[in-house]
Amino acid sequence: MANKNHQIGQSVPRKEGREKVTGSARYVDDLHFPDMLYGATVRNSSPRGKILGIRFDPGIPWDQFTVVTAKDIPGKNCIALIVEDQPCLADQQVNHPEEAVVLLAHPDKYLLEEARRAVRIEIQPLPAIFTMEDSLARKQLIWGADNIFKAYQMEKGSVDSAWSAADFIVEGQYQTGAQEQLYIEPQGMIAQANPVEGLTVWGSLQCPYYVHKALVRLFGLPKEKIRVVQTETGGGFGGKEEYPSMIAGHAALLAWKSGKTVKIIYDRAEDMVATTKRHPSRTRHRTAVTREGKLLAMDIDFTIDGGAYETLSPVVLSRGTIHAAGPYECPNVRVRSRAVATNTPPHGAFRGFGAPQSVFALERHLNRVAAAVGIAPEELRRRNFIREGQTLAFGQVVREKVDMHQLLDRALQLSGYHQKQERFPSENSHSPIKKGIGLASFLHGSGFTGSGEEYLASEALLRVACDGQVRVLAGSTEMGQGTNTVFTQIAAEALELDCEQIEVLQPDTAFVPNSGPTVASRTTMIVGKLVETAALAIKKSLMDSGFLKTGYDATQFASACRQYLDKFGALESLAKYQHPKDLHWDDATYQGDAYSAYAWAVYVAEVTVDTRTAEVRVEDFVAVQEVGRVVNPILAAGQIEGGVAQGIGFALSENVVWQEGRMVNGQMTNYIMPTSMDVPPIRVFFEEIPYGTGPAGAKGIGELPLDGTAPAIANAIANATGVDIREIPISPEKLSDILESVHV
Amino acid sequence: MSDTARKIQVHCEINGRPATLEVYPMARLLDALREQPGLTGTKEGCGEGECGACAIEMNGALVNSCLVPAAQANGAIIRTIEGIADEGHLHAVQQAFLAHGGAQCGICTPGMILAAVNLLSRTAQPTEAEIREGLSGNLCRCTGYTKIFESVVAACRQTRNSA
Amino acid sequence: MRSYVPGYEMQTPRDLSNTLNLLARESGVWKPFAGGTDLMVLLEAGKLPHRKFLNIWDLTELREIQLTPEYVTLGALTTYSDLRRHELLAREFPLLCRAAAETGSIATQNRGTLGGNIANASPAADSPPALLVYDAELELISVRSARWLPYWGFWTGYKQIALRKDELIRAIRLPRQKNTWSHFYCKVGTRRAQAISKVCFAGAARADAGRITDVRIALGSVAPMVLRAIQTEKVLRGEIPTAAIVQRARETLAGEIAPIDDMRSTARYRLRIAQNLLAQFCESIAA
Repeated sequence: MANKNHQIGQSVPRKEGREKVTGSARYVDDLHFPDMLYGATVRNSSPRGKILGIRFDPGIPWDQFTVVTAKDIPGKNCIALIVEDQPCLADQQVNHPEEAVVLLAHPDKYLLEEARRAVRIEIQPLPAIFTMEDSLARKQLIWGADNIFKAYQMEKGSVDSAWSAADFIVEGQYQTGAQEQLYIEPQGMIAQANPVEGLTVWGSLQCPYYVHKALVRLFGLPKEKIRVVQTETGGGFGGKEEYPSMIAGHAALLAWKSGKTVKIIYDRAEDMVATTKRHPSRTRHRTAVTREGKLLAMDIDFTIDGGAYETLSPVVLSRGTIHAAGPYECPNVRVRSRAVATNTPPHGAFRGFGAPQSVFALERHLNRVAAAVGIAPEELRRRNFIREGQTLAFGQVVREKVDMHQLLDRALQLSGYHQKQERFPSENSHSPIKKGIGLASFLHGSGFTGSGEEYLASEALLRVACDGQVRVLAGSTEMGQGTNTVFTQIAAEALELDCEQIEVLQPDTAFVPNSGPTVASRTTMIVGKLVETAALAIKKSLMDSGFLKTGYDATQFASACRQYLDKFGALESLAKYQHPKDLHWDDATYQGDAYSAYAWAVYVAEVTVDTRTAEVRVEDFVAVQEVGRVVNPILAAGQIEGGVAQGIGFALSENVVWQEGRMVNGQMTNYIMPTSMDVPPIRVFFEEIPYGTGPAGAKGIGELPLDGTAPAIANAIANATGVDIREIPISPEKLSDILESVHV
Repeated sequence: MSDTARKIQVHCEINGRPATLEVYPMARLLDALREQPGLTGTKEGCGEGECGACAIEMNGALVNSCLVPAAQANGAIIRTIEGIADEGHLHAVQQAFLAHGGAQCGICTPGMILAAVNLLSRTAQPTEAEIREGLSGNLCRCTGYTKIFESVVAACRQTRNSA
Repeated sequence: MRSYVPGYEMQTPRDLSNTLNLLARESGVWKPFAGGTDLMVLLEAGKLPHRKFLNIWDLTELREIQLTPEYVTLGALTTYSDLRRHELLAREFPLLCRAAAETGSIATQNRGTLGGNIANASPAADSPPALLVYDAELELISVRSARWLPYWGFWTGYKQIALRKDELIRAIRLPRQKNTWSHFYCKVGTRRAQAISKVCFAGAARADAGRITDVRIALGSVAPMVLRAIQTEKVLRGEIPTAAIVQRARETLAGEIAPIDDMRSTARYRLRIAQNLLAQFCESIAA
């Protein structure tokens, strides 16, 4: 039946856009409550040690303050996530710098800062470790029996029997550093609590039900007594996936003890040094290839640094492991991976979630493999791209109509790749400014791995009001990526209505079902599908009741709703996630259908390298990706553009400077993210081959750009200068040393 | 603990209306504004004058309000994001941001719009290079700046066409 | 915001005379506060030990730009935006305008002042190398005196200047002698905008048929103070910048600067880039 209201594929304006451009959108720090206290966290500065005591200096009117330590925790002193090893407040021991020990609250936010300075945490130091190497070598055992949070072994074929058939064997080690999410709105929470009514928190967060679960455990309260409300969130990128549970716990504990509403807002410095970052990684590749450039075997060793507690490291490791061998057909693959503990603040979710790390290594390595064989980097890709019907490294048969060759052709054409490859060498010979062009080809799985989506059992609810407004109730959060708008479009299309008739409610665990976390590029594909299912069910109910006839308009819809509600009292539909029956994943063997759908991409970066200063400038960037269906072109392009900019920072300038486990450059002045002068024109192109269970065949896109941007840039720098790049960020200092060593 | 200074009265004009701020002299203007009813649009992103989320116009000049002590706002004419729309009619820049995806999470948006409006008040038809430079004091983590540039260019076009 | 804000005081003296009286009467108690772009960052970080400030932003006497045939005299409250907008400065003192354009952001440039920058005495400041190249002089005033000092030598140590407790920087004077010289400025920062410099190089040279008859070279971020590379100037003065001369100049420069490793960069990089910028400067003279 023709739908005269096509919403999917339209650049419908952002649902909450007007509030954002007029400054009326309410972020957590914009909320005020009467009689509110400000809260602050006193943190330890040692990387590891026994807490001997806490001293409160004189000169502060301590009787005016609410003071909370671990002994004030009513439930279990932990931030419940996968395991419960991370305390909410350190009790006997600290295991990383900036670990929270004491909480303070007071109505005067300035006096609070004086008080924070007047609390001394006495530590008896214990030996600490700060590198993956020291952790693996067990220089100190700081976590569990062996410092290893999790390990995987993923195998296809038999790597060990392939070496003898190789014409070339190429080895290499690649490293990526920590990266700070740097959402422009710092973390913050407001909490109200009392033993009778329970506990409510409002704050900047991605996953209301993660916070809910953590508070249940921390307070030992029944689920119904805890309410979590998401306020307008100024960026997340994964940095507000798990950390908000910690700050919510802190605000709630202060609220619990004081009986007042408590607001904790981190300043930038605290946010940077104390919260999660992207896991640093080290990858070793050993690759067997024929003289024709066919991959015979890939032996991959992948290690990530999880920091002091487990948090989400097993899942980051999982995604990094699965993405480590890329969109290629290779008969023998082995990935051995592990997440290890160090005495640094725990690392956590950041857009890409393990894949940017392993994909950097792979895409840089494959350029070196191509060089060894004596063929062009793009040619090596062509000879090994996976096709429909072939099997990925973890045993999944590709059922999508993927055409990596076509994506590559398009990316090369749009970027002028071949003409530039021809022109640049002669231009470079006359100039201290070297031009180069490089590519990366990659895939990114949408949704949770394996049986993860089944385990999440997400739900979404649609409810009709008597004026015909349809409300979407989901736990998925808007943080700029467009959740509100995309859900609106999906519901409007299914219901044949205008977008103005759809309202997406603020995620509030008192009212919305658990749609799973807003992560893993799953929101459109998985939860959007639930919204569509629920919307179609509502339409069906109205049709079946006889109140609504086909070809209806908005007025008729509203009238039908009124009649339905008069007769039956309520009209709503709860859609529950249905796991595709043909997807099978085996956690024990780490084999099977890892994701229900993939986005596929080829990115091309053009750079200039000023050899006098070793500064790199990205001059042009082409991002071509196949994503199923683009629900909202402007929002989708915005996701890729923003992701590429973050990837540019990851590749070139975003460097966390560590000293004994502590980030010492925790200011925006010294942690360098790109400004408007640091990004090139970012040219985004979509291919659409609708596939799978997403609405209209849409797949996930949010994390994709973080996978391919940094390796494309690294490959371009190698092309420009002839040097071998093995680690990011490629600072001018590092590049200058490499250029200097080449010339000597 | 040090002596406590007394709060002072700072008389200024905010978005066309006279206002009196009761503040400690070295409280940040950012905080003083945000404490006024209905003026939470100006945001704190860094507290170091790097991100521009706190940008306002003070006596016609773009400034980072986190770096201005309230005492220095005495006698000042201040415009914040709440004063950009004209009685509910959105400014061309705001309309363009809506139409072209210039805002994602929105936290940098008030400062970014102030910077763009200020740029256009100085250069009616800026080149792309001038737009990049004019906005280079405003950090955005979501958009990669592309659609912000497109929004400003569109606002210029709209302003030119309706002139 | 890490400071105890109620513990800070700011008074707005009604005029310059009142300001100087206060600085003299309560010596060391009051510090002048101009645009605040450095001091407020310290306040926010809880690192501003001084508590009492005099708001001098409205002292219009300190904001004038005066021109005579011999000098351009910039009031201490001249902002970076004022510098950028000034046509004559752009023509005759381009290094200073370049420095202003590369300082912070437009919002910072609207509030940051030349006097404040000089008083803050950061070795990474962008304008001081240009001021040194232009042989700037400072006018320092107090209730008792008014004196002119060459800017070169004003620095006495890391973040230390020869400013007495009761003194205020009133103006910066630039002799109008170098408009026929070639000028070269390069700041290598942490990114392309809003960047703290890793190395800052300012140079100007007068050449006659390819021979350098006079030269000034100043660098920032390569020593505890912004410095004039006097020995390097001596190597170049009177010479044609051949490859051998440039190489000697590079080696001399290495002996004059003392770059360090810090969270932004390394000593090795700073040295190498400073030398490369010197070479670029020499090339630009020859061109």
